[in-house]
Amino acid sequence: MGPARDSFLFEIVYCHLSKDPSCDSVRYINFSFIPVELNWLSFSLTAFFWIFAFVNAALISVLMLIWGERRLIGKFQARLGPNRWGPLGLFTPIADAIKVMFKEDVEPTLSDKLIYVLAPILMVVPVFMIFPVIPYGAKSFLTNISVGVVFVLAITSINSLSVLMAGWASGNRFAIIGGIRAVAMLLSYEIPMGISAAGVVIIAGSLSLSEVVEAQIIPNAIFQPLGFLVFLVASTAELNRSPFDITEAESELVAGYMTDYSSMKFGLFYLGEFMATIASSAVIVTFYLSGWRGPSFLPIPGEFWFFAKWIGVIAIFIWFRATFPRLRIDQIMSLAWKGLFELSLINILVIALTMAIWPDPTSTQLLFMTGINWAVFIGSIYIFGKILSPNLTGNKIDKRKVVYGLD
Amino acid sequence: MSTELVTMNIGPIHPSTHGVFRMRVTFDGETIIDAEPIIGYLHRGSEKLAEERTYTQIVTLTDRMDYTASMTNNQAYILSVEKLAGIKPAERGVWLRMIAAELQRIAAHSVAIGFLINDLGAWHTPLLYLLREREKILELFEMMCGARITNSYLRPGGVFMDAPDEFWPSLNRFLDEMPERLNDIENLLTDNEIIVSRTQNVAVLNKEDAINASITGPMLRASGVDWDLRHRNPYDFYDKVSFRRPLGTVGDNNDRYLVRLHEIRESLKIIEQCLDLIEPGPIKPEEVPFLVRPDEGDSYVPIEAPKGELGFYLVSDGGISPFRCHVRAPSLMNLTLLRDMVIGYKIADLFVTFGSVDVNMGEVDR
Amino acid sequence: MFGIGLLKGLFTTLKNLFGPVFTVQYPNKKVGLLGALKFHKKTPANFIKTQPKDFVKSLAGLHEVPEYPDQATRFRGQDFNWFEDRCTGCASCAKYCPLGIIKIETKPSTRDAKEGSSYDIDVFDIDIGRCMFCGLCVEACPFDALHMGSGFERANEKRNGLVIPVDELRTAIKTPSTWFRPQMENKNYRPKENDAEIKDYRDIGRHEKPSDDELTERWVNER
Repeated sequence: MGPARDSFLFEIVYCHLSKDPSCDSVRYINFSFIPVELNWLSFSLTAFFWIFAFVNAALISVLMLIWGERRLIGKFQARLGPNRWGPLGLFTPIADAIKVMFKEDVEPTLSDKLIYVLAPILMVVPVFMIFPVIPYGAKSFLTNISVGVVFVLAITSINSLSVLMAGWASGNRFAIIGGIRAVAMLLSYEIPMGISAAGVVIIAGSLSLSEVVEAQIIPNAIFQPLGFLVFLVASTAELNRSPFDITEAESELVAGYMTDYSSMKFGLFYLGEFMATIASSAVIVTFYLSGWRGPSFLPIPGEFWFFAKWIGVIAIFIWFRATFPRLRIDQIMSLAWKGLFELSLINILVIALTMAIWPDPTSTQLLFMTGINWAVFIGSIYIFGKILSPNLTGNKIDKRKVVYGLD
Repeated sequence: MSTELVTMNIGPIHPSTHGVFRMRVTFDGETIIDAEPIIGYLHRGSEKLAEERTYTQIVTLTDRMDYTASMTNNQAYILSVEKLAGIKPAERGVWLRMIAAELQRIAAHSVAIGFLINDLGAWHTPLLYLLREREKILELFEMMCGARITNSYLRPGGVFMDAPDEFWPSLNRFLDEMPERLNDIENLLTDNEIIVSRTQNVAVLNKEDAINASITGPMLRASGVDWDLRHRNPYDFYDKVSFRRPLGTVGDNNDRYLVRLHEIRESLKIIEQCLDLIEPGPIKPEEVPFLVRPDEGDSYVPIEAPKGELGFYLVSDGGISPFRCHVRAPSLMNLTLLRDMVIGYKIADLFVTFGSVDVNMGEVDR
Repeated sequence: MFGIGLLKGLFTTLKNLFGPVFTVQYPNKKVGLLGALKFHKKTPANFIKTQPKDFVKSLAGLHEVPEYPDQATRFRGQDFNWFEDRCTGCASCAKYCPLGIIKIETKPSTRDAKEGSSYDIDVFDIDIGRCMFCGLCVEACPFDALHMGSGFERANEKRNGLVIPVDELRTAIKTPSTWFRPQMENKNYRPKENDAEIKDYRDIGRHEKPSDDELTERWVNER
């Protein structure tokens, strides 16, 4: 019972249900009807209530993201997004959901029906587990796991298993190729993500997510820009979003792993990808943008800052999608292994060295460390651009100019 | 462990082929071994139909061949008719023709660049920016001749009707706004590392291969050959305006994209010079009859269309319809080299190369 | 430095995010309260009094007002405007159509002969389903009787409905486009304005009808 009572969200509902004397100070309204002997009842009721709330909130936020992404991409492209159904087009995700549900569910003749059905479920369900762990406010989380960082990274890597299952179970030769390619990409980008997260953990001193947020006096995005960049790019690749969306664009030619899925199974893949976007944005806000912390002289609760930053990171993902074309698969693998892996190693090396020299930094030392990190950031991107990038892709690149014909 | 070659059919209906185009591709893993194009899905019999129609009615047929560049199709055909019938066109008509053709060149190159970047995977953003500019050009065309795409603006001897009064201020506004928009598009696309790494040194075409296969147009100039029909065989009044020819150095996809982008800027310069030189006057000589009846003979006047060298070979037997009309379609000639350019590269490069060759199926199949 | 091109691209997209939208929301767009007041050109009190339901809808952003793209005066529309009083039944338009769409059946005139007579026109059908709106028929008409229209909303559920019969051509409201009609352009005629209907066949020709004295001079005195 102890760890659950740390959470502010849990306390609010529990104390208004139970007549437990230890939470007298928290009760706003004097309304509670379950006696102390039936504590297990109020405990489970609170748990069920919050699980219900979180699952529904996750699903509704996916609907809002569908609407938001299409309208925001429309604004980037100087046009309106969907605006017919409902005021400002707000009912469009409902129309989308109805369309997906009413399509015909075409099932190919397969050998492995069980894996075929399980793959979309495996894509969606684990992502729900990220939301309770993240601190939305000073004490607003649902549980406070002491290994939060590792837990979150583990969940984001389950989708590679789902992709492999989907590609294999389709029985289609091109779907298997597409699935294997997608898994190769997803696994290659796990490693820079993990090493950058290690950089965050060194600053925080513990693996728990609320410790990570509380240790950020300067947001980690400013303190370790190299880690932030690597984590952002690796997250974009984990989500199969532009510029790494070879799987969604069905390799422009060969079928991707999703082709044999129709109707609600495809809908579950779609849902899983959007929910993973929202979850990854929350993770980035926690690791790098100092979570719920805001300027303390304003009397605004931490939850507001968290939500503002959350929407900002989602907007950045949509911004990337609207701007960048696609990379080829061999270029994606080169970028992961020859680019991001080395940059993340440099990042963790520099952070470990500076934390070893000044284990308990004062604010001037913090600023000095920030300066060192920025110098390393610019220097390593410069060297990476000069040495590695001409040979990063299969074909040579050079500076190209147009000449004009002589008369 | 043995591997096998996979043959696949990229069907006539595919989101990335511009029109109905079919290819049978053989590849080994990811590398392309062979790519065989199969065309003819849009054949409408334009050349045979042209034998039944009078010379003015064929103008409506020529609109629909390369449907992204109607004005230049009309121009090629009308120049051939004028040479066959011995008609000397009116001056103002010729200047209006040139303005229309250069505007059409900007529109056609915008479509080509936009869809090339769309094939690369940028979710329609540069395409929509370029189509926004093309909309302005199509509104100008609507002011001039009532239709946006299939214009039939030209007649033997000049144009069919003078531009209205509200055309000139709109054209000036367009000329003022366009260079900034082009700078916007260049910022978005030219230095973008992703586009650079996907298009440079891919599908290289060197000078000798290009000349041997009779490639023309921006594809030829991107390979480094200094050949533009507006300078070599000047028609209309192109010898009175001055503009440059952008050339590429290597001949890969990136060069073809850059050459088209710079040609848009040169077309803007040509239009500005035409605006200075145009004088009021008749747009068609009075003695041109309604039904043109040329003497026996044949003629072929090639022009520099946005896609390459376009020419109509007309044979007349003295009647009101041509005896034979044959079209030298640049897209068909440029398409013959697609197979050689693509062999050895990856699947993902196939559509990008096809987009950079800039083929229009209406012209290939007629 | 690697990445500068990517950043330039990001800033270009950001600049366009705060720029204007170029969508034309045809046929009607949904507006809020301010847009509704601007369209109807009413004061708020007047708007609430005369259109209460629309006021409530506009508060939610659901009030629909029509919006059409700008149309040039020379736009070759999908309907045809035919002035029977000017038509002589010569069928030049039918002869000149590249597709042979216009069908004309005439019989000798039953009217009093004035200065030459025209045929009586029984059938004058134009098949829009196959027409390509090139306007060569309009170009061919020597009497300025046939003009291109300026509308474009002629979709129909049946293919037979796409043929314009002669009765509809006679009775339709005529707002011709100025395509190949320089006399209308010189008068600054705008087909899309509110009172643009041409009612009198004499307003539209490019030649002036001669006066009675001139007619007498030509046909009577010189014989």
